[in-house]
Amino acid sequence: MASVHIPSLLQDLTGGADEVTAPGATVGELIEALEERFPGLRDRLCDGRRLRPAVAVWVDGEPSREGLLQALTDHSDVHFLPAISGG
Amino acid sequence: MTDTKTRKYQVIGTRPIRHDGVDKVTGRARYGADIHLPGTLYGKVLRSPHAHARIRSIDTSKAEALPGVKAVATAKDQPALADKIADLGEAVMNLRDLATNVLAVGKVLYHGHAVAAVAATSLEIAEEAIALIEVDYEVLPPVLSVEAAMQPDAPLLHPTLTTRSLGQQSETPSNIASHSQIKKGDVDAGFSQSAVIVEREFKTSPVHQGYIEPHTVTAQWSEDGSLTLWLSTQGAFSVRDQIAELLKIPVSQIRVVPLEIGGGFGGKIQVYLEPVAAVLAKKAGRPVKMTMTRAEVFMGTGPTSGSTIRLKMGASQDGRLMAAQAYLAYEAGAYPGSPVGAGSMCMLAPYNIENVQIDAYDVVVNKPKAAAYRAPGATNAAFASESVIDEICERLEMDPLEFRLKNGAKEGDRRADGPVFPRIGYLETLEAAKAHPHYSAPLTRSDDSDGRKYGRGVASGFWMNYGGQSTAYASVNSDGTINLVEGSTDIGGTRASSAMQCAETLGLASEDVKPVVADTGSIGYTEVTGGSRTTFATGWACFEAAQDVKRQMTERAARLLKISPDDLDLAGGVFTSKKDSEKSIGFKEVAARLGETGGPVVGRATVQPKGVGVAFATHVVDVAVDPETGKTDILRYTAVQDVGRAIHPSYVEGQMQGGVAQGVGWALNEEYYYDDGGRLLNASFLDYRMPTCLDLPMIDTVIVEVPNPGHPFGVRGVGEVPIVPPPAAIANAIYHAIGTRMNVLPMSPREVLEATGQLD
Repeated sequence: MASVHIPSLLQDLTGGADEVTAPGATVGELIEALEERFPGLRDRLCDGRRLRPAVAVWVDGEPSREGLLQALTDHSDVHFLPAISGG
Repeated sequence: MTDTKTRKYQVIGTRPIRHDGVDKVTGRARYGADIHLPGTLYGKVLRSPHAHARIRSIDTSKAEALPGVKAVATAKDQPALADKIADLGEAVMNLRDLATNVLAVGKVLYHGHAVAAVAATSLEIAEEAIALIEVDYEVLPPVLSVEAAMQPDAPLLHPTLTTRSLGQQSETPSNIASHSQIKKGDVDAGFSQSAVIVEREFKTSPVHQGYIEPHTVTAQWSEDGSLTLWLSTQGAFSVRDQIAELLKIPVSQIRVVPLEIGGGFGGKIQVYLEPVAAVLAKKAGRPVKMTMTRAEVFMGTGPTSGSTIRLKMGASQDGRLMAAQAYLAYEAGAYPGSPVGAGSMCMLAPYNIENVQIDAYDVVVNKPKAAAYRAPGATNAAFASESVIDEICERLEMDPLEFRLKNGAKEGDRRADGPVFPRIGYLETLEAAKAHPHYSAPLTRSDDSDGRKYGRGVASGFWMNYGGQSTAYASVNSDGTINLVEGSTDIGGTRASSAMQCAETLGLASEDVKPVVADTGSIGYTEVTGGSRTTFATGWACFEAAQDVKRQMTERAARLLKISPDDLDLAGGVFTSKKDSEKSIGFKEVAARLGETGGPVVGRATVQPKGVGVAFATHVVDVAVDPETGKTDILRYTAVQDVGRAIHPSYVEGQMQGGVAQGVGWALNEEYYYDDGGRLLNASFLDYRMPTCLDLPMIDTVIVEVPNPGHPFGVRGVGEVPIVPPPAAIANAIYHAIGTRMNVLPMSPREVLEATGQLD
C-alpha cells in the first residue's frame, strides 16, 4: 500500500495522524480509500472529478500532472502540496 | 586544446555560436513591434487613476465620435465568465479574475487597472480618444499592505472572497485568499532543545520582472472567423488557451504566432493586451496592434509580490538546526494568486530540520495582480531564512559554509514539505564555494581613507524546477542537416540547447541542426518557457525526436548497405557495420538518397517527463558600504550552482549572471513606490532603479555538474535559482560590513541610513 503524508490542515479528519497507508492503483483510488476511512477528506482534496486547482499531488518526490489518474505502486510516497507556478 | 576523443559528449558542453545569433545582432530578427499588416489600427488602453474605486458609469460616446476612431471596447464587449479555474499549462488561473484584470468590471482594483480601450487609425488619435472617455468613479479607500489587508475591518477588494484553506472556505469575507501550512515534527520541542534561537521579521516590496521589451500584440480576424495573434509571449499555447476561454471561441480557431521575445522572466505568461486587441479587431473589422509604454508595463502588468515574513529558527550548540517556524504573508495584488505556496516550499528546502511549521497567507491588496517572476516566491523566503541562518552562525561562531555543510540536504533526505530528494548537488555547491579563491581572499580594502566599510556574505537558494509538456519534430534535409521544429519561445538560448541535444544524439555538428520556433498551428502542444523547463523538457523532446530520426535513418542506411539495421552503429556521422567495418555510409549520403529508400524522414516526439532535477545555488558576495550615504557597492560576486549538465555552458553562465543581476537590483534598489492613495510613483526606468553595468562587477560563475539521473543528458533547469540567494547574501555582507542587520528590501541608501539610525 502507498504511504500517504496527510497535510497538517487535513489532520483534523485523520485524528491527528500525519502518515497513513492506503490501497489504490491510482491517486483517485487512493483518495477513495482514504475517504472510506476519513469521511470528508475527498471533498477537501477534490473538486468533482479533479484535484482542487490549488492542490498538487507529488508521488515519489515529483509533482504529477496526471492528478487522480497518476499510477501508484505499493511503495509510492504520496504528498498533497500547494500547486505552484514558475517564471 | 580539448581532447574530443576522451570527452563523453561531442556537442554537449561546447560553446557553438547560437543559431539565432546572426539575425539578432543584425536586427533582422522579428519582434512584435516589427509586425505591420495592411490596414492596421492602433489600440490604446484607458487606465484607472485610482487604486480602488467603484465604476459608476463609463461614457465612450465622445471617443466614438472622434474621427479616426474605429472601435471602442469596455468589459461589456467581453463574454461574461463564471468563477472557474482554468488549467493553463504550468499555471492555474481563475478566468473571471483574468477577464476583469484585462478590462475592469464594476470596480478598479489598482492604479493602472485597464478600464476601456480604443482602436484608431493612428496612435495619436487613439491616445486622444481615450482621454475623451468619461468614467465616473466612486473612490474607495485603498489597501496597500498585507498588514492592513488582514485587519478584520479592512476595506474588502472582493466582497465575496473568503479564505480557502485546503478545501475549506471561511464564512466571513476577507482579503486573505488562502492559508496553507507545512508542518513536520514538534517545533516547541525543537526550540526547547536549541541553544541559540533567532527570531526576525522581514519585509520586501513588489518588484517588476523588468524585461526590456514591453508587451505587444497584433490581432487579426479572418472572414472565416479565425483569429491570428502575433505577439511577445513565453507560451503561445498558453495564450491561445487563455484567449479561447476569455472570448469563448474554440482553440482551433486561434493561431498564436510567437515572435522573438525581449525578456519575460515569468511576466509574459498571463494575457493583458491580447484579448483587448482581439475584441477591438473584431469590432473594427481590421487588424489592431497594441504596444504598452514602459509606464503601462509597470502599472498594468504583474510584478512579483511584496511580502512580510516572520521567521524563528533554533540550533544546538554544536550547530545542528533543531526547529524553524515561519509566517509568510505575500501580496497577491488585486486578485488571488501570489507565489506564497512556492515560497513556503522552498524556504527551508536546503536544510535538514526535524521540526518545522510554516504558515503561508495569500493576501489581496490594491496593487497589480502578481505574476510569476523567476523562482516565484523563493527569493523573498530565502532573504529571511538565509539571513537568520547567518545570524545563527555568528552566534555560534561557526563558518557559514561549514554550518550549511553540516545541515545541508542530500540524496535521501526529506524536504520540510515532504518529498524525498533524489540525487542533488547542494553540498557540492557548498564545497565549491568554500574552495573558490573568492572565499579565502582577503576582503578588498583600498584603504581606510574613503571611510567605506567592507563585508562578505554568503547565502544559498533552492528552486524546484518543472517538467511539463513539449513537442518536437525533426526532419532530415537532403544535405544531411536537420530542421528541428519546437514550440518553446527562445528566451535564453534554448534554440541552441535543444539543437545541441538533437545534434549530440545524431552525431552531427550543432550547426547542422536548424531550430525553428513554431506557432500553435505548426507544432504540437508545448507549455510555456518557464519553470526552468525548456532545456530539460523540450530538450528531451528533441532528444527523442532525434532518436526517432536515428532509427529511421538506420533502416535506410541498412537498406542501402544491404544489411540488417541491427548490424549498424551511428557514430561521428557515419553508419558502420558492427561486423564489417568496411561496410559504412555517411549520414549525409543516406540523407541525399531518401527518395530511393522510401521518402522523407521525420522524427517526432511528445514528452511530459518525470525526473525533474531540482536546483541549488550558493553565492558569495563582497560589498563596500558608505556609512555616510548608505550606498552599497558590489565589489565581487561568485555564483556557484549545480546545473546537472551544462548543455551550452555560455548560456548557463548567462542565466546565472542574469539571475544575480536581477537579484542585486531586488536587493539594493528596486521597489514599487506608492503614495498613500495607492498611486504608483515610479513607473519609469528613471525612477525604478534597475542595476546597470556600472552597478555590477564581473559576476564569476562556477558550474557544478551533478547530473540529474532523471534526464538523458543529466540536465537540471538553471534559469530560476540564481535569483534566489542574492538579496540574502548581500544583506549578510552588509551586516558584516557595518554591523547592522538589514531586514527590509530594497536595502537602498535610505534603508541603510534608517537601519543605522542616521535618519532619526
